[in-house]
Amino acid sequence: MASLNGKKIRWNEWVLEKLFFLCAFVSVITTAAVIYILIEETLAFFETVPVLDFLTGTRWTPLLEPKHYGILPLVAGTMLIVIGAAVVALPIGVASAIYLSEYASHRTRSVVKPVLEILAGIPTVVYGYFALTFITPILRVLLPETQVFNAASAAIVVGVMVLPMVASLCDDALRAVPEALRHGGYSLGATSYEVTTRIVVPAGLSGIFAAFVLAVSRAIGETMAVTLAAGATPNLTANPLESIQTMTAYIVQVSLGDTPSGSLSYQTLFAVASVLFVSTLLLNILGTWVMRRFREVYE
Amino acid sequence: MSDSSTQGSERLNALLRKRQFRSRLFEWVCAGVTGLAVVILALLLQDVFVDGYRWVDAQFLNSFPSRFPEKAGIKSALVGTLWLVSFTALIAIPTGVLAAIYLEEYAPKNRLTHFIEINIANLAGVPSIVFGILGLAIFVRFFGLGRSVIAGALTMSLLILPVIIIAAKEAIRSVPNSLRLAAFALGATRWQVIRAHVLPSALPGILTGIILALSRAIGETAPLIMIGALTFVAFLPESPMDEFTALPIQIFNWTARPQETFHELAAGGIIVLLTVLLLMNAIAVYIRYRGSKK
Repeated sequence: MASLNGKKIRWNEWVLEKLFFLCAFVSVITTAAVIYILIEETLAFFETVPVLDFLTGTRWTPLLEPKHYGILPLVAGTMLIVIGAAVVALPIGVASAIYLSEYASHRTRSVVKPVLEILAGIPTVVYGYFALTFITPILRVLLPETQVFNAASAAIVVGVMVLPMVASLCDDALRAVPEALRHGGYSLGATSYEVTTRIVVPAGLSGIFAAFVLAVSRAIGETMAVTLAAGATPNLTANPLESIQTMTAYIVQVSLGDTPSGSLSYQTLFAVASVLFVSTLLLNILGTWVMRRFREVYE
Repeated sequence: MSDSSTQGSERLNALLRKRQFRSRLFEWVCAGVTGLAVVILALLLQDVFVDGYRWVDAQFLNSFPSRFPEKAGIKSALVGTLWLVSFTALIAIPTGVLAAIYLEEYAPKNRLTHFIEINIANLAGVPSIVFGILGLAIFVRFFGLGRSVIAGALTMSLLILPVIIIAAKEAIRSVPNSLRLAAFALGATRWQVIRAHVLPSALPGILTGIILALSRAIGETAPLIMIGALTFVAFLPESPMDEFTALPIQIFNWTARPQETFHELAAGGIIVLLTVLLLMNAIAVYIRYRGSKK
């Protein structure tokens, strides 16, 4: 029998509640810690390198003489990956979401969904291996001027990596479109193509847009595949067949060497990470905001 | 029927056939594109398997990394991953589940709760390498834990906490309220209700979330590189304060080398890694299936 000492029970309950609250509060502390260390080291970095030089400079050579600290080449490299990944993931993701929500039988869904889940669960370092040993050789046969490390190969695997997320978010968006809208279209004699492209997809467009934004954010933060396949050459180029460097790949490159804390190259880590953090955070907020607004329409 | 109306209906029929053909074509294209995802997965698995299957044997699992490919193995990486995941689980599971319990069962509907919830959702979208930077600055440097198992496990825990919390919250929310009310009506305290009724019913969902979160921790590479786990480690950790290496790190190391033979070793490592992950996935699916049968 539990004791019926009310005071003790209330005390226990109070302690437990506070303990549980602390566990939930860990997430707030984590965010605060991330923001604090990024700001602190980035400000220290800006004492040596002017903000304007950092944001508008076109050469990034912090590890070689003469040193330049313009982040634009890293941003351009990241953009190449993002655009390439979007070109791969968006059409495939949207088309498979359309197939899954509008056409596929229950059995087909039960095969395709787990395949997408497995694709989403494969570690990024494995995608890096796949890009380097499978996709790059194919690209080099098709387009001989392709360099061993190139943005295209990395962009393709990053596209494959974010594909499951795009497909499943778009699938959710399309399935949230009320059945009555489809029936309205069919009763007017529309074909399934017309119902899908003129009614269902426009109705789910905000969800598709949100999926797109979140996918871009994921592609910006992707690290291992681009480090392995895209190279380590900060390169202000629009040519996806050349070797480039992304913001994430630069962070990896620096941390592979031994950088003493407090040195300028240690601080560049945080300056680049700040840009990375702010851009992914803004995109995530935009994505979830669009998604929430869209949910209100039908529920 | 007049001539012009026959012509008209023929034109209408032709138009209809065109529209129907376009519709069927669209369905085929979508089906084909969906099939592409399956094809990509098959290509990836086939590429890895063909490259690496010759290397996966007892010697490979039982040897330390080496400059000589034929002597190299993944012993320290495999054991390191085991240490890392064990400590990550010890830290992240209680924290995550208790946080979820607080948010679903205790938290008042106020600004602070809302702030915490949004904060968790945003943390889930922060790139893993940023968590690595956090680990480097806080655990490795500030707390002076060095490149130890515990520094890695703490970093990984922060990374997978949002995943565990979100999954556990969903599982707890799906427990019917009548269960709670019945227990309260019998005079149970809040904690008694949670421990005896809410947690047991939510367990399958929570377990599934935990397994998926841990498999994420097993596959993550970038945060470990940040905290400096990429060093030549030819020994096994004996305490949480020891340096370590992990399976994805070893794979990265071998893939980044130019020699073909090391790529094959990397493929061997990937086979082991994917086998572990697929097994965990299968367990998660099984638990979810059994949970849904009840």
